[in-house]
Amino acid sequence: MTFEEIKSRARAEWEALQKNNYVLVSAATCGRAAGALDVVEAFNKELMRQGLEVPIIQVGCMGLCHAEPLVTICKAGSPRVVYPNVTPESVPRLVEGYVAGDDPCLELALGTLEGNGGEAVYIPELPRFEHELRLILRRCGFIDPEDINHYIANGGYSSLEKVSGMSPEKIVRELEKSGLRGRGGAGFPTHLKWELCCKAKSTPKYIICNADEGDPGAFMDRVILESDPHQVIEGMIIAGYVVGAEQGYIYVRAEYPLAIERVQIALKQAEELGFLGDNILSSGFGFHIEIAAGAGAFVSGEATALVAAIEGKRSEPRPRPPRLSEAGLWNKPTLLNNVKTFAYVPLIIERGADWFASIGTEGSKGTAVFTLAGKVANVGLTEVPMGTTLRELIYDIGGGIAKDKQFKAVQIGGPSGGCLPETLLDSPIDYDSLREAGSMMGSGGMIVMDEDNCMVDAARFFLDFSTKESCGKCTMCRLGTLQMLHILEDIRAGRGRVKDFDLLLALAEDVKAGSLCGLGKTAPNPVLTTLRYFRDEYEAHILEKRCPAGVCPELTVYYILPDKCDRACEHCVLTCPTEAVKGEKGEVKVIDQTKCSKCGTCLQVCPPEYNAVVKLSPVSLLPSSNLSKKGAKK
Amino acid sequence: MITEEQASQVVAEILGHYKKRKKNLIPLLQEVQTKLGYLPRKALREIAEFLDIPEIEVWGVATFYNQFRFVPLGKYHTMVCMGTACHLAGGRLILEALERELGIKVGETAKDGSFSLERVACIGCCMLAPVMVIRDRIYPKMTPFKVEEALIPYKQEVQNLNNIKKSKSK
Repeated sequence: MTFEEIKSRARAEWEALQKNNYVLVSAATCGRAAGALDVVEAFNKELMRQGLEVPIIQVGCMGLCHAEPLVTICKAGSPRVVYPNVTPESVPRLVEGYVAGDDPCLELALGTLEGNGGEAVYIPELPRFEHELRLILRRCGFIDPEDINHYIANGGYSSLEKVSGMSPEKIVRELEKSGLRGRGGAGFPTHLKWELCCKAKSTPKYIICNADEGDPGAFMDRVILESDPHQVIEGMIIAGYVVGAEQGYIYVRAEYPLAIERVQIALKQAEELGFLGDNILSSGFGFHIEIAAGAGAFVSGEATALVAAIEGKRSEPRPRPPRLSEAGLWNKPTLLNNVKTFAYVPLIIERGADWFASIGTEGSKGTAVFTLAGKVANVGLTEVPMGTTLRELIYDIGGGIAKDKQFKAVQIGGPSGGCLPETLLDSPIDYDSLREAGSMMGSGGMIVMDEDNCMVDAARFFLDFSTKESCGKCTMCRLGTLQMLHILEDIRAGRGRVKDFDLLLALAEDVKAGSLCGLGKTAPNPVLTTLRYFRDEYEAHILEKRCPAGVCPELTVYYILPDKCDRACEHCVLTCPTEAVKGEKGEVKVIDQTKCSKCGTCLQVCPPEYNAVVKLSPVSLLPSSNLSKKGAKK
Repeated sequence: MITEEQASQVVAEILGHYKKRKKNLIPLLQEVQTKLGYLPRKALREIAEFLDIPEIEVWGVATFYNQFRFVPLGKYHTMVCMGTACHLAGGRLILEALERELGIKVGETAKDGSFSLERVACIGCCMLAPVMVIRDRIYPKMTPFKVEEALIPYKQEVQNLNNIKKSKSK
């Protein structure tokens, strides 16, 4: 089949679908965790019961994680309506209302995707979409990731066809003009990587897509692979054509079984239509892609370590040079890019480098994909032009801090990144501004922290992660991070000393200087940024033995105010997991500090009209009456 | 529980599908673990012989990656997410509650083979934090109290099975 024939067939299938009613259910991993498969089953049952034949399509993720499971009902000639937090119980109402009838069930809807819904909310006009610019996410949640025709009908693989008439040199120049930088975190100019690999003499050459998304709190690569995998595959094929490689690998972490499954399906379909194989679109150029499943090692995200993992070795980084472009996989020239970097390539070919370069800032072109998690109201996935400010991202897109709490910090870039304070909220997001602030773009995971989070504890968390994930090759990374961790644990437990400040700073410099790869070089960042922006919290822990957020267990106690406790209520007694709350009915409740696990359940369940449970820090604030009664530790 | 010979048979069958290339080491380990639930010492030796590499090299790779385990999992394998979002939302408390309720420490399997407990870095469901997973079911927005509740049916099941076993052995 020629590409024209493939395209017209795909379009015919897509157009036939548009003429009918159909239902989209977001069923990426995140949607499934929220119960999307139960919703799919409920739709199937209800449609069968009503004798309706309407396709239910399991699509990827639209990025509105807080609204999962998300359902979109598409009707020919009527606006498409999106429903948030759908449950199997609400399905019959939706089927009867909008699938079978003409009632869009607006009381259940998030809004409409087309503007003629009258009083309904028009989703593209929601405040968050004012800032968003969806490029590589534009199809996510709207096409069937397991049907290649949906991708082709929406512009897919046309860039591959276009490049077959272009010289590799010209494509590299396009990438240079576009200003695309690697989306894996470090921001290395993409065209340089491609050019170096082009010039390498040795053959065969390899293309690797890095989908080993290890940062806790980052899931955009997973979403892209689960929602629109073909754009990544197309980008890889173009890369293969440019550098002259015949084999590609997608290295996906094993924790993403659905992503692996969907990529496998996508590869198979691409082969069947001749986009992969020995003679792609009859051009004489051949390219194959295999999946390599990771086995759970954060360090595998580092390029040289990833290569070792594919070779079947321990995933340990090695010194560079030589660069991968000279000696990578099996010592052959290798081009390695992140999932998102490959996804941008077909788009740049399709719409032109000038268009891409017109988006973003001077040094950082295009858009950036972020996951917003932690204490924001609307947890989710978003794509914004580079240069958008942190404030716009957190307040306009993320809907601000959940439960009206006070913002404290935003952590960007995972264990390699830093915690930035409120004063930096108006700084633009791009590679260079973030680096200046002591953080980094990283893979794009963004975790928001509020007044209830302790910055010493947060720094300890990330360092603990890096310590566990250090491969052990470099002494400073293996043992230096461990020493830093021990110091932080001491501070958290009230054993901190004033000289720990200098010790932490000195160790941080040593770990950075003495580590081969990015893991060690950036592991001290969370400690350094919290020391820089939240020194007062460290001081409170060290000098006053006080945890301002009331998080660190050794520095915090829970206490029931006797004059506020309603003696008849037993919420705290019944829910305490360690049975630490004592007191018969009609008596004031008292917490046995020797049993208390500091989980805060009592504080959560105490009815708001009493509000009798309080957190106290330092521990010395605990009234002696509570101490003497239950003999808590002095 | 399968016998040693049965395990060897499973391994031999898996080896039959692979070429003798070192790059297949990790996929081999993964498939053996999927089929057997863990990596018995003997399987590692058999893989080493098949690939013609020293056993210590197989051992070195297998112990390097977090995915591989060398003891069987419990019937109800329980994972607690310790990603950033879950940590901030109280993941530590969920882990502690599970250790307390199950009577095992993280990384262990209960003596009767009922439960095993593991911490994982991030399962990418940050909007549901803190989460735990029992078998394949994800439990969202956990609290120590909800941990107790969620475990009730599983514990009941285990108890029933143990009772049956006891009455049989009598």
